[in-house]
Amino acid sequence: MSTSANTNPSAADAAGRSRGKAPAGEKFADWADGRLGIYSLAKANMRKIFPDHWSFMLGEVCMYSFIIIILTGVYLTLFFHPSMNEVVYHGSYVPLQGQLMSEAFSSTLDISFDVRGGLLIRQIHHWAALIFVAGMFVHMMRVFFTGAFRKPREVNWLFGFLLLVLGMFTGFTGYSLPDDLLSGTGVRFTQGAILSVPVIGTYISFFLFGGEFPGHDFVARFYSIHILLLPGIMLGLMVAHLILVFYHKHTQFAGPGKTNNNVVGMPLMPVYMAKAGGFFFLVFGVIAAIAAIVEINAVWVIGPYRPDMVSTGAQPDWYMGFAEGLIRFFPGWEINFWGHTLVLGVFIPLVLFGVVLAAIALYPFIEAWITGDKREHHILDRPRNAPTRTAFGVAWITMYLITLVGGGNDLWATHFHLSINAVTWFVRIGFFLGPIVAFVVTKRICLGLQRRDKEKVLHGRETGIIKRLPHGEFIEVHEPLSQEQLYTLTAHHQYELAEIGPTVDENGVERKVGVTQKLRAKLSNAYYGEDSQVQKPTVEEYKEITSGHGHH
Amino acid sequence: MKKLSARRRHPLAAVVVLLFALAATGGLYTAFAPASKAKADDTAQSLAIEEGKKLYLVGCASCHGTGGEGTTDGPTLVGVGAAAVDFQVGTGRMPAQQPGAQVPRKKVKYNQAEIDQMAAYIASLGAGPAVPTKNQYNPAGADAAVGGELFRNNCAQCHNFTGKGGALTYGKYAPGLEGVSNKHLYEAMQTGPQNMPSFPDSVLSEQNKKDIIAYLNEVNGPETTTPGGMELGGLGPVVEGLFAWIFGMGSLIVIAIWVAARTAKAKKS
Amino acid sequence: MSSHDIPEENLPAEQATHERGRGAVSVADERNPFADPGLPPHEHRIQDVDERAAKRSERTVALLFTVSMLATLGFIASYVTIPVDKSTYIFPIGHINALNFALGLTLGVALFAIGAGAVHWARTLMSDVEVADERHPIEASPEVRAKVHADFKQGAKESALGRRKLIRNTMLGALTLVPLTGVVLLRDLGPLPGTSLRHTLWAKGKRLVNMNTHQPLRPEDLTVGSLTFAMPDGLKETDENFQTEIAKAALMIVRLQPGDIKDKRELDWGHEGIVAFSKICTHVGCPVSLYEQQTHHALCPCHQSTFDLSDGARVIFGPAGHALPQLRIGVDSEGYLQALGDFEEPVGPAFWERG
Repeated sequence: MSTSANTNPSAADAAGRSRGKAPAGEKFADWADGRLGIYSLAKANMRKIFPDHWSFMLGEVCMYSFIIIILTGVYLTLFFHPSMNEVVYHGSYVPLQGQLMSEAFSSTLDISFDVRGGLLIRQIHHWAALIFVAGMFVHMMRVFFTGAFRKPREVNWLFGFLLLVLGMFTGFTGYSLPDDLLSGTGVRFTQGAILSVPVIGTYISFFLFGGEFPGHDFVARFYSIHILLLPGIMLGLMVAHLILVFYHKHTQFAGPGKTNNNVVGMPLMPVYMAKAGGFFFLVFGVIAAIAAIVEINAVWVIGPYRPDMVSTGAQPDWYMGFAEGLIRFFPGWEINFWGHTLVLGVFIPLVLFGVVLAAIALYPFIEAWITGDKREHHILDRPRNAPTRTAFGVAWITMYLITLVGGGNDLWATHFHLSINAVTWFVRIGFFLGPIVAFVVTKRICLGLQRRDKEKVLHGRETGIIKRLPHGEFIEVHEPLSQEQLYTLTAHHQYELAEIGPTVDENGVERKVGVTQKLRAKLSNAYYGEDSQVQKPTVEEYKEITSGHGHH
Repeated sequence: MKKLSARRRHPLAAVVVLLFALAATGGLYTAFAPASKAKADDTAQSLAIEEGKKLYLVGCASCHGTGGEGTTDGPTLVGVGAAAVDFQVGTGRMPAQQPGAQVPRKKVKYNQAEIDQMAAYIASLGAGPAVPTKNQYNPAGADAAVGGELFRNNCAQCHNFTGKGGALTYGKYAPGLEGVSNKHLYEAMQTGPQNMPSFPDSVLSEQNKKDIIAYLNEVNGPETTTPGGMELGGLGPVVEGLFAWIFGMGSLIVIAIWVAARTAKAKKS
Repeated sequence: MSSHDIPEENLPAEQATHERGRGAVSVADERNPFADPGLPPHEHRIQDVDERAAKRSERTVALLFTVSMLATLGFIASYVTIPVDKSTYIFPIGHINALNFALGLTLGVALFAIGAGAVHWARTLMSDVEVADERHPIEASPEVRAKVHADFKQGAKESALGRRKLIRNTMLGALTLVPLTGVVLLRDLGPLPGTSLRHTLWAKGKRLVNMNTHQPLRPEDLTVGSLTFAMPDGLKETDENFQTEIAKAALMIVRLQPGDIKDKRELDWGHEGIVAFSKICTHVGCPVSLYEQQTHHALCPCHQSTFDLSDGARVIFGPAGHALPQLRIGVDSEGYLQALGDFEEPVGPAFWERG
C-alpha cells in the first residue's frame, strides 16, 4: 500500500511531473483531487481509527437496513399504484377474485403474486423496516447506558432521536399504503386520535384525509410522505449523524492506553472498510434469508379495507405498539362543556406518546445540567458506574415494555389463558408501578456491582483456591489484579455533589436561593449522594490493604 | 353477469363447472336415494330418541335438568335443536368438565351414533335447527372470494382474518377454526354456541355459509399455502415484531460480536 | 494483498504515541497502582506467524466469494426457471411459494458470503495492531473564537442592520409573512367539517338491508341471540362514496328478549327486542362487533371498549367515552324493518365540536 507521502506537493513542477508518470488509478485520483480536493478529505479520514466493540456496530445495523429499505422501496414504487380508485380484482390470488378493492391493494397483490421476486422484495422491505427501528432502539439504548450522549455528542443524540421518531412515522405511513383491512384499521385509529385533539382536531382530520374518513386521498398523500418527505429528511439527518460521528471520533470504553484524548482501534482503510463494508452484506444477507423463510404482512389473507369490517388482533407494527398500548389501557374520560367535547381518554395518551419519547430525548440535557459538567467525554461509562442514569433508563424501558404488553393485551389473554380485562388492569397499574420498581431494583444492582468492583480492586480476584493456614484457618486465595485491570476498574470519574452553598454570605446578607438551584442540588444528591454511588477505592486504601495483608 | 362472463374464460372455470356438476350429481343422489327408506325412518327415529334419552340422563341431566329444562349450572336445551347437540358434543365441548369462563373444545366422549341419538332426543323436546346434511355444508362450487368478504364482515372480528381465534371479555375467547370440520363450522354459525351469536339462514343464507366454509378451507386448511414462508401463527404484527427482535436483531448482534471480536492469538494456542 | 510472507509488512507505520504507550509500562507507577499502564503490547495472531494458517484463511475467503458467485447464478437460474405461482412443501416451514424461497435464499447466501468473506479477510489477514489516534478538542482555540466574533461583529456593522431599523423591521416582516403563502395553499387539502360528521345516510323510512344477503330485513328474520349487520337501502358497494358512507352508517342489529333490556329508551327505540346500534366504536372508530350473545356485551377488537347492548350500549370497560348511538327502528307497511330517522347524535369517535 503505497501512500501519497512519497510525492512532494510543495513544488508544483515536481508534483506535475510525478502526477504525470503515475499509474492509471493514481492519475484518476489526481484528476479528482484537482477538482474535488479529495486528498485533504482522505488524509483526515482514510486511516481514521475505529474502536472494536460489538455494540459499536448497532448503528451500522440501522444504516444498512435503511439502505436496504431505500433500495427495495425504489423497486416497489415501480409496481405500486398509490390510488384509492375501486377496481375489481382479477389477479392470481383466487380467494379475492372478483372482489372490489382499491388499486393500491390490488397492485400490492400483483407485486406479491404476479411480479417475479416482488413478494421477496416486499418482504425484505418490511422485515428491514422492523429491524431498522429495532436497531435504532437498541443503538439508542447502547448510547444511553454508556453515557455516550454526553458532551460533545448531545446534538448527535438529538439527530438520532429524530431519526427514530421519523423512522416510526415512515414505517407507519408505509404500513398503511397497501390499504388492507389491518392497516386501514390502524389509519382509522389515527384518524380517531386526531379527532380528539381539542379545537383543531376535526380540521386536521378533514385536511389530512381530504374530507371525511376514509375518503379517496389518504393513500396518495401517505405515499408522498412515505417515499419522499420523511425519507428525504431522514437521509439528511443520517448523513449529518455520520459526519458528526467522524468529526467527534468514536467513543471507547476505558482500558489501558485508552484515554479521553485518544481513540484506540483499527484504521478505516483497510480493516474497517472490510469489516463495515462486509457487515452491510451480512445484514442484507440475513434479512434476505428471513424474507425467504418467514412471511410478513400477508395482506391477501387480511383482505381489502372496509371501514365497517375488522379482525381481532388488530395491531400496528411493533414500534407503534406502545402508542397502541397507551390508548388501550387509558380509561374513557370525556368531558362535555359549552357544546364541546374534550376527549381526554384519547388525547392524554396522544400527549403521553410525545412525553414518553421526549423524556428520553431531553435526558442528556437534564443530566448535563445536574452534573454541571462542561468537559468533553470520550470514555464510555459502564452502566453500573452511573446507577441513577441506568436506573432511569431501565425504568423507561420497563414502562415501554409494559405499554407494549398493553398493545397486545388480547394476544396475551388468549395465549396465556388470561382475562383480557385482567391484562388491561395489569397494564394500568404496571404503567405506574413497574418503572418505580425497576428503578429501585436497577439502582440496587448497580451499587452491588460497584461494591464488587471495589472489592476486586482492593482484595483481588477470587481464585476459588482454598488454602489452609498453619494455624488452621481456611482462606480463599485472592489473586491481585494486574495494573491493566486496576486501571480499567478505577478509571471512571465520580461526581461531587452540587452544593447550594451558604445561604448567608460573608457580610451576613441573606442570599436568595432559586427554586431551580434547590432542585438541582436535590437531583445531584439523588444522583451522586451517598446512597447513589459507592466511592471508588483510593490509592491510599489500596496501599493500606495490600501492605497489611500482603500474604494473601 | 359481467363478473360471470369475465370469469368464463378463466383457467379455473372448467374446474368450477366440473365441481358444480359433481355437486349437482351428489345433490340429486341424496335427494332421491333416501326416499325409499322414508317409511323405515319413523320407527328408527323413535328408537334413537329412546337411546338418546338414556345417554342424556347419564351424561347431561345433572346440569341441564332431567327434561332439558336447564338448571343454574346449564341452560335449557328445549328448542336448541339437533345441530346444537351435534356441535357441542361432536367437538367435545359437552359434557363440560368444569365451570369456567368458557367450555373449551376437547376430546370427544361419544361416538357419532350416540351423538345422533342424543341429538334426536333434544330435537324431540322442541323445534330447533336440524343437523345439516352434507349437501348443505359441502363447499364445493361455493365462491371463496364472496366467503372471504362475508367472513371479514361477520366472523373475523372475533375469529381473526383466517380463523386463528381471538380474545373476548373476561377470559372468554373465540376459538381458532383450524381443523374444525365443515359440518361443525356450519352448525356453529347456525346455532351460535356459548357466547357466539347465531347466524340463522334468514340473515346468513345457506349459500353464504357455504361460501364462508369454502373460504376457510382455502385459507386455513391443511393444504393452505402461505406463499411468503412461515406464517408465525397468522397473528399479525405482534408476532412479526417479536420475530424481528429475537431472530432478526438477535442474529445481527451475534454477527456483530463476531465482526468486532479479536481474532485468536498465536500465543494462546 | 494476498502475499503475507513477511507479516510485519502490512502492519501500520508506527506512531510515536504508540511507541510511548507501549514502552512505558509501569516504571514510575510505584506511587500510583491505578495509573494507566498504556497500550498492552501487540500479540501476533496465528495467521501472522504461520503462513500455512494465513493460506488457509486466504482459501476460506476465496471460497466464500466463490459461494457468493454460485448463489448469484442460482438466483438467476431460479428467476428464469421457477414459475411465479409454483408452491412447494418445505419441511418445517410448510406450503410456500417456491420462487420466493429460492430467490430469497440464493440472494441471502450471495450477500452473506460476500460479507463473511470480507470480514474474515479483515479479521485474519489484515493488520490487527491497535492504533491510537489523538483527539483534538472540538472547541476552537480562544484566538479563533475571538477572530470569528470580531469578524461577525464587523460583518454585522457593515450591513448596518443594527443602525437602519427600518430595513431590519421590514425584512423581518417580509420573512414572517412569506411562509403564509405555503400555509394558505394547504387550505384546499380538504373541505371544512361543517356538520358532515353529524349526519349519516339513515333517514326516516330507509329500510335496513342485510349486508350478507343484500335483502331488506324483516323482524322475523332475526332470532334472539343472532347478530346481523345492515346498511341503508340504496347504498351500493360500487358507489363512489360507499367507503365514506358505510364508515358512518354501518349498523349492528341484535335481538334480545324484551325483558332482558334494562334501558327503557333502548326498548322503545327498538322493535320487539330488535335493537340497532352503530357498528362504529365511539373510541377511535373501529367496527365494534364482537357480540357475546349470552352476556349481551359487545367488545371492540381494537382497544377492548366493552358495551352492554342490553343497557343502552353503555360503556362497561375500556377506553371509549360514551355509549354506542342507537338508531330508532320500526316496521313499515310491508313488514320490513326501517329507520325512524337518522342517529340522534354523531356516530364514531368523539371530536371537539361534538358537544
